[in-house]
Amino acid sequence: MEAQQELSGWRKWLEGIGDYVVFFTRFFRNIFAGGFEWSEFVRQCYEIGYRSMMLVGITSFIMGLVLILQLRPSLITLGAESMLPKTLSVALVREIGPVITAIICAGKIASSIGAELGSMKVTEQIDAMEVSGANPVQYLVVTRILATSFMIPLLAIIGDAIGLFGGFLALNFTDSISFSLYFNKCIASLDFTDLLPAVAKTVLFGFAVGFVGCYKGYHSDKGTESVGVAANSAVVTASLWIFIIDAIAVQITSLLFYK
Amino acid sequence: MKKADEHTEPKKKEPEQKQEVVIHAKGIKKSFGKKKVLKNITFDLKKGENIVVLGKSGQGKSVTIQCVVGMLQPDGGELEVFGENITAMNDDELKQLRMKIGFLFQGGALYDSMTVRDNLEFPLTRVLKLKDQKEINKKVEGVLDAVGLLDAIDKMPSDLSGGMRKRVGLARTLIVNPEIMLYDEPTTGLDPITSREISELINRLQRKYEISSVIITHDMECARITADRILVMDDGEYIAEGSYKELEKSDNEMVRSFFNEPS
Repeated sequence: MEAQQELSGWRKWLEGIGDYVVFFTRFFRNIFAGGFEWSEFVRQCYEIGYRSMMLVGITSFIMGLVLILQLRPSLITLGAESMLPKTLSVALVREIGPVITAIICAGKIASSIGAELGSMKVTEQIDAMEVSGANPVQYLVVTRILATSFMIPLLAIIGDAIGLFGGFLALNFTDSISFSLYFNKCIASLDFTDLLPAVAKTVLFGFAVGFVGCYKGYHSDKGTESVGVAANSAVVTASLWIFIIDAIAVQITSLLFYK
Repeated sequence: MKKADEHTEPKKKEPEQKQEVVIHAKGIKKSFGKKKVLKNITFDLKKGENIVVLGKSGQGKSVTIQCVVGMLQPDGGELEVFGENITAMNDDELKQLRMKIGFLFQGGALYDSMTVRDNLEFPLTRVLKLKDQKEINKKVEGVLDAVGLLDAIDKMPSDLSGGMRKRVGLARTLIVNPEIMLYDEPTTGLDPITSREISELINRLQRKYEISSVIITHDMECARITADRILVMDDGEYIAEGSYKELEKSDNEMVRSFFNEPS
């Protein structure tokens, strides 16, 4: 009996993997199927990007501010106070900015996509699209995944800039540093090997947020309770994927650029 | 049993003549896990005919029409739509076939992020690939007029009542000129007056657009108004078939239980 249960658990897990692969294939095939939904893509970019900007901005500002306040005593002890802008910009651009932005988007966007598509599934709107001969994957899934893959890197870049500004204000609580000097120090400490991997991984984070949100919503069960389950599970799974992708991306970046 | 309303006579049976069969189902079987939902479903839908499928809830009435439109694959049996085996179709063939079939969902299934106009434009631009806005507007207004909801053209689905949502859902399926309409409980959840209006609308549209229909319901008033032929479903198969008047006199206890219900 126990062995049977274990077997059924494995079977479910494998079926889940299979469903992910099928869904990914459908998404990928539909990108190039023709008849791209530009207006829906632009609408999603607005919903995902513009509507999340305030939240990402505030969080990034606080992160920059807090990081300076936390780093300052340690760097003073080491006599490296002048390294504060450099330390902050590297930490923010390479790691903290992309990850914080992606996690916020997992909470805000993956859940909202999961809930939206889940509710469309429950109220048979997705079925209605399918039986009418329209293509719900192209209209609902492709547009959302591409919009998150495009907008989350932009949000991360904006978030980095706002975070650096937060750091500038924090530095000016205790010391006095000019705006141009601070930003010159920040920019000078960054190079191509900091920016490119950071942007590349935010594209993958964006993809994970959109893909998981769409998958969970599209595959939710038919019941009102399943809308909540889809939203919740989208946040948890997308957040987990963000950390997994981050770990892999950092390893690859280290091997390629920081030997 | 409540007497038939004088103003809405049951549909009179058309004289028998050789008609084209648009749906041919023979021995359809469908199970979900260990539960056998459809055991042996056999019926033919002729061109221009309205079939009503009666049955208790959870008997698989909706599963039958979901198989017809390719949302579900039958486990066994023959299922031909316009003479083509639906179970052997690939995605593109299924898409082409679905353009000839309209499916009205129980709740209307309107896209709730779009206005009524956008809901109706959706199949025109995505399925028929129409580009001319004048032609699109003409079709949208024409079909909304046919269901009596031209005034609601710029409303959101959340602003519509249950009956209005069903009418708009009906308009959205009719806008692509389907040859077959599948109605999944078109009057469920509506008050008796709106139910009758929807049933009469189904008849009117059938005559106007010459559509063949399968109507899944347990609303006897709807069955009385719309049916050319009624199939009664029990335990995964059809146990009786005939016109409303014929089945009204049936000796079968299950069939009689439908007709004895206060409608």
